[in-house]
Parts: sequence; structure tokens; C-alpha cells
Amino acid sequence: MRSTSRLSLWLLLTPFALWILLLVLLPHVQMLRVSFQVRESWDTLAFGVDQYRNFFTESYYWRTFLRTGVMSLFTTLITLLIAFPVAWYIARLARGRAKGWLFLACLVPFWASELVRTYGWMILLRESGLFSAGLQALGWVDGPVEMLYNDAAVIIGLVYNGLLFMVVPLVTTLEGMDDNLVEAGYDLGGGHATVMREIVVPWAMPGIVSGCIVVFMLTLGSYLTPILMGGKDSAWFTGQIFTQFITRFNWEQGAALGVLLLVLSSLIVWLGLKLTGQSLRKVMG
Amino acid sequence: MAVDIDLHCQNLVRRFGSHTAVNRVSLEIPAGSFFSILGPSGCGKTTLLRLLAGFDRPDSGDIMIRGRRMNDVPPNHRPVNMVFQHLALFPTMSVGDNIAYGLKRRKVAAAERRRRIAEVLEQVGLAGMETRFPQQLSGGQRQRVALARCLVLKPTLLLLDEPLGALDLKLRDQMKVELKNLQKAFGTTFVYITHDQSEALVMSDRVAVMRDGCFDQVASPEALYREPATPFVASFVGDNNRFGGTLLAKEGELAQVALANGHTVSGRLAGSSQHSPLTTGDRVDLFIRPESLMLGTPAKGHCTLTAQVRTTLFDGANSRVEVEAAGERGYVRLPQDGSVSAPQEGSSVTLAWDPQLARVFASEAS
Repeated sequence: MRSTSRLSLWLLLTPFALWILLLVLLPHVQMLRVSFQVRESWDTLAFGVDQYRNFFTESYYWRTFLRTGVMSLFTTLITLLIAFPVAWYIARLARGRAKGWLFLACLVPFWASELVRTYGWMILLRESGLFSAGLQALGWVDGPVEMLYNDAAVIIGLVYNGLLFMVVPLVTTLEGMDDNLVEAGYDLGGGHATVMREIVVPWAMPGIVSGCIVVFMLTLGSYLTPILMGGKDSAWFTGQIFTQFITRFNWEQGAALGVLLLVLSSLIVWLGLKLTGQSLRKVMG
Repeated sequence: MAVDIDLHCQNLVRRFGSHTAVNRVSLEIPAGSFFSILGPSGCGKTTLLRLLAGFDRPDSGDIMIRGRRMNDVPPNHRPVNMVFQHLALFPTMSVGDNIAYGLKRRKVAAAERRRRIAEVLEQVGLAGMETRFPQQLSGGQRQRVALARCLVLKPTLLLLDEPLGALDLKLRDQMKVELKNLQKAFGTTFVYITHDQSEALVMSDRVAVMRDGCFDQVASPEALYREPATPFVASFVGDNNRFGGTLLAKEGELAQVALANGHTVSGRLAGSSQHSPLTTGDRVDLFIRPESLMLGTPAKGHCTLTAQVRTTLFDGANSRVEVEAAGERGYVRLPQDGSVSAPQEGSSVTLAWDPQLARVFASEAS
């Protein structure tokens, strides 16, 4: 009896253990190792921190790194500001079928791949695109307007990609909120802003933090959207990693940049949890 | 003597589609009194309370609080606070912050705020609990925090939406008495809604019995119990036995009723007998309370009814005998002072009562 339950426990755990070991732990350990390798000659390897020193001495690396971090934070914030009213509407105001339809509407863009979604935006924003043509037809501009290949375009694309991942946890937490809490907030003399600040936001905090973590990580690690919508000068850190691995065939440098990106995202997530007083278990549970 | 009227409602109506939840309700509540609205679930009492709190608007009629018309005043500007059914304490705030919330909205300075929070917590018996969180409190303590959170604001009117519903029986009995005492101590006007007649009877100065959006009767608890105005009040407030029959004769305020099995019993006509519209031959219901029914030898002037004992329900001072008489099930109180011995199951007993204690109503078409 005991041994069979043991066995079934191990069988159940195996896929998970394999997943963690093969797809998460091994590649990262390997990458960490590669990042400290220094190629002395074509057949001799030594260990050192040359790649990391490169990162800090070469301003282009760390500037891109910082820019990626700051833009990702900004994108997360914009996503939160757009997603909150949407989630509020779906969770608190929509009833019955409307709720299902609205949720579906949020999901629909994700039936297409990120590539297709991004091209969709490019069709709208490019010089010969719909918006440009529309503005010209209205007579508001004289010639074609290029709306692609700037930071705003990159952020639009990234916000669009992250929206669903912000809406879902927000809807979940907001749905669990008792109507009476909001009513009590008004009943005891609070106005709209007070009720939002003192009651709704603290209640939704686990959802807000969990949504922000997911969107931030997705944004920081995204590759296609910044490259396609930002063009050559997008200077996204994942682009750097790609260049090192594929174009320059400098796996050691690429691995070091990858490790740094991981450290950055872990650091910011940890900081976010600390600042909002949430724990990872509460947010993800 | 002129009494200040805290709440005055005139012909309040609230409809949801074709359903009228509150139907032309008028009421007046004097300052400092404990007013209960008693009714079964779905009778419109919660809707009425939400109209008073301002979460909902009446389709017609007026709400006046201390003479000021409140119809267009939003809930956060009404001198009214509400204790919710599930209390709705803010889970992200400590007890102190929960109580401070309303004071902050009134811009009470921090030192004064702390003083008033300590004072109100002391009054509800939770001194020194400021830093606890609602999740760490027992049901009864949470109840008190919910009360303190409202009472600290000194509202003209405190609305309570069945706040005792979630408590276990023992605690509920205890809280009933405590609520009544708190109401007296604070002198705030309470409007309490409940479906539990015992809560309403124990605590209230006046009770309104509500059914299908209307008030059936508004009276003191004792008057409701002794002089119910309608058969609904007679059966809803307190335990009661109902025997259906036809009116045989009227003698002054008494009525002779022929029951389904041919027995003739009598009881007092409800309301003022002179204006009773009942005529001989009408379908009537006779109501008699379990404690008014006596087992054993009838006294002079009492009417009697033979019944079959079905079972004895022992419940200490509330022990009852379940009987069947004239095709209806009834209950007889069984005193536990040794004056009456419990009858055998299946045996025949004679029930006797003073006709003055029974009430006869026109049968409600059902």
C-alpha cells in the first residue's frame, strides 16, 4: 500500500522533475558555465570574467541593458493602467453572456502568433499604412507619416502583447471582491477616489503584482516586437544576445548577457514584491 | 409630547421590472428607538434598507432624515451608516484602520482619531485591539468591530442588515442582548432588518412585519404577539397553531367556529369586533398559541378539542407535544414544572383554551 502510493507519487512527479531539470536547470547551468569561459586559443579554454568586464566597459551593452529595463517597466505600467478599467468592467459590471464575450475578445488576438500580431500593427502604423492614409485623407497632414521605428511604436506593440496577461489576474482578484466592501467604503463617507485607493487597490494588489510580474518578464524577454516595430535602432537587450549568439558566434559573450538579463528580471521582481509587501506564494497562488 | 422623528418615509416604491419589491411603504421612526423590519426572505426588506442607505433609489416616494429630504443625496453624504450582513470589514486594514477610515473621511485629526477609536473600542468591549486584523478575530468580535466602525461616526441612523445571521445560536442570543444594550448606551436610532422573529421581538421598541413589499403591521413586540393584525403576522411572529373552519356565530367579540371534523370551538375575533366584516358561513382560521393550550381538565368557560398525541418533543423549557386535531397538526407547550405528565404517544387528549386567547381571522385565499 505504502510502496504503491510512493510509486505513484514518483510517477506523477517525473514529468515535472524532467521539465525542471532538462529545460530549466541544465541549460541555465550550462549557460552560466559558458559565460565564464575565456577562449585563449582555438583549443584551449580558461575561466575568467572577461565577458562580464566587456559588458561594463562597453557602454553600448549596459546602456541597452538599462534602456530595456526602464522601457519594460514603463510598458508594464501602461499595461496596468489600460488593463485595470477593462478588468473592472469584465469582473464587476458585465453580466452573464457579455462577460464571456468580453473575455473572448481579450483572448482573440492570441489565436494568431506574435509575429502576425506585430505585422498587424505594422500595417496600421507604417508610412503607407492605414493611419497615415487616414490622416492624409482628413487633411491633417501633408505627406505620409512614418509611425513605426520609434520607441512609442515599440511600447504600443509590447503593451498589446501583454494586455491579456494583465487582464486575467486582475479579473480573477476583482471578481472575488464582495460588493459590500465597495458599498461600505461609500457608506462610511468615502468618495470614488478614496474607495479606489483605500479599498479596491489594496484588495486587488495580489492580482496587480502578479500581472505586473508576468507582463514585465514577457516584455523584458520579448524579441520580435521590439525588432520589428523598433527597427534597426530598437536596441533591445534580447537583440544583443541574438547578435552575439548568431551573428558574431560569440557564445561566451551571449551567455554572459543572458545571465545578466536573468539577474535583472529576478532583481526587479524581487524588488517589486518587497515594495508592495506581497509574497510570491500569495501572488501566484 | 413632541418626539423628534429621525426617519420619515412617505409612500416609498421600488420596482424591478414587473416586480414591486417595495410597495408604498410609509414609516416614522422616533429618535433613539430600536426599529426592526421583520419578514421572510424576498419580502423586500433588504431593498428597503438599501433605499435608506442610498445604494438604490426609490421610483417614487420620499425619504426624510431629521426633516431633510435624502432622495438625491449619495450614500457617502447621508448621516446614515450600515452594518452589512457579512459585515464587510476591510480585510486589508487593521481594526484600528477600519474604524479610522470613516473618521479620516471627515478630516478628524490623528490624535483625536486615536482617542475616539480607543473610546469606541472600549465601549464595544474590544479595548486595545487596534492592531489586530479582522481575520484574526472571532465572529462576535468582528460583529463588534463592524458596529464600532459605524458608531464612531455618530450617525443619525444605523442600519443593520441581519448582522447576526452568520453567528452560532448561543453567540447570537448573547449578541441580541448586547446590541440592545449598545443601542441604549449610544442612543442612536437603529433600523434592524431580520427574518428571525426572536431577534426582532427581543431587541426592538417597535417592529414592522413586512410581506410582499408592504407592511402588514407596525407595533410593539408585545402587541404583535398578542394582537396580530393579520393571519400572516399571527403565524409569522412566534409559534402558533392554525385551525381552519367556518364561522358559525358571533357573540360580541367572540366567534363560534366549526372545524373540519365538526367540533365547535371559539375564539376572539381579530381587530375591532364591531367592524369585523365577517358573516356567518365565512371561511375562517382560528389561531391559538402553544402556551395557551392546556392539557387535562378544562376550566370553566374554556372550549375544548380532542386531539391525538403524535410525539413529545423534549426541549427543556420549550418542550412541546405534537398533536393532530381536526385534520391539522398542532403543538402544545408541555410545562416542565411537574404540573403535567407527558402524555402517551397515540393516546387521546383534551386540549382546552380560554377563548379570549384565541384569534379568529377571515381565511386568506391561498
